[in-house]
Amino acid sequence: MTEQRKAVALISGGLDSLLAARVIQDQGIHVEGINFFTGFCVEGHTHAIRKKDRAKPKRNNALWVAEQLGIRLHIVDIVEEYKEVVFNPPHGYGANLNPCLDCKIFMVRKAREWIAEHGFDFIITGEVIGQRPMSQRKDTMPVVARDSGADDLLLRPLCARNLPPTRPEREGWIERERLFDFSGRGRKPQMALAARLGLHDYAQPAGGCCFLTDAQYSAKLADLWRARGEKRYEMDDIMLLKVGRHLRPRPHFKVIISREEGEGNFLKGYKRSFISLTTTSCAGPLALIDGEVSEEDLMLVARLVARYSQGKQEETVELEVSDREGNRRALRVRPMAPSEVLEAWHL
Amino acid sequence: MSGRVIVDCQRLLCPMPVIRVQDVVRTLAPGSLVEARCSDPGALHDIPAWCRINGHRVLATRTTADDEYIVVVEVGEAE
Ligand code: SF4
Repeated sequence: MTEQRKAVALISGGLDSLLAARVIQDQGIHVEGINFFTGFCVEGHTHAIRKKDRAKPKRNNALWVAEQLGIRLHIVDIVEEYKEVVFNPPHGYGANLNPCLDCKIFMVRKAREWIAEHGFDFIITGEVIGQRPMSQRKDTMPVVARDSGADDLLLRPLCARNLPPTRPEREGWIERERLFDFSGRGRKPQMALAARLGLHDYAQPAGGCCFLTDAQYSAKLADLWRARGEKRYEMDDIMLLKVGRHLRPRPHFKVIISREEGEGNFLKGYKRSFISLTTTSCAGPLALIDGEVSEEDLMLVARLVARYSQGKQEETVELEVSDREGNRRALRVRPMAPSEVLEAWHL
Repeated sequence: MSGRVIVDCQRLLCPMPVIRVQDVVRTLAPGSLVEARCSDPGALHDIPAWCRINGHRVLATRTTADDEYIVVVEVGEAE
């Protein structure tokens, strides 16, 4: 009897990784999935926070893909180790703060370690030559294989026939002829293959698999690093960048203002870490101040927060300020006029 | 009921509650019980999905009066 070969598939939750895993399963290989959580993943976070989104059904796409395939999924928390990739990517950033090439190298290296520990034979990804501008180019795909240490144990079933044969192909664990030669940015071949395999209702992420490809998110992260004078973040920081309006009226502090009730409730969880303000004479947002502020700064923030409250047209608005120890006091201020909120403050 | 391991997932957003549960389940014998206490309602969907694909059983899910989402899992044979 021939030995049952085993592969681990990098599952992002998108169509490509779903297809890649499925075509290898169809060749009789035992496949399990691995999904890496970096903290920046485009998952249901804003969904979990924003009240209006909560009513919509939500799903974790990686879990959904695994369920469609009938495979086990191992979710690996790489938040701490991943920081180095975000801070100092040797191959640089993409259009925003997305270190795609080093990110791929890092994840494939992790998968390489995982297969060694778990007695698996090779690694599969849903990469397609030319699909992404940085990590999935003809010249960078061999870099991922080499620098991750996976070498010819890394198989990309969707474009394998455009690449030199890997060990699983050479050893006859799988048939190269039954793999694909997709290339370029188009999605048609993938969609046609999905239809042929009877797969529907899959996720089609637009820009990429994480928030680092988002220009606005990257701008807020860059601002955070500038304000701190170094590249540094904690999990709470990167969560907060996804929530509320962020305004920096002065270089030494920024204000995070909730846009709706769900965000307000989420920000409440941080009242012990930041000075917070909320309106009391009318309905309004909850705001957190990130940075140290003077009395004068505090008045400015109070007027700014009042501007985003129901009382923005009133002569004055009353707010409650709460420090990190929970000491509270009242302030009464005139809401800012729209022209006083400078465009440059918005992050 | 005795012998259930409580996993505190308050303030964690998905998929962190799933990861916490996964890491605890890995250390337990089949038949053990794990109770995840979460503040992200997504956990009510994601933890059961993770259990289905990994061979564990969800015995109960419920929402408490103060918006805490509880999922009780029985560890399966799969590990
Ligand atoms: S989009 Fe994000 S997760 Fe995807 S490869 Fe680029 S940096 Fe990594």
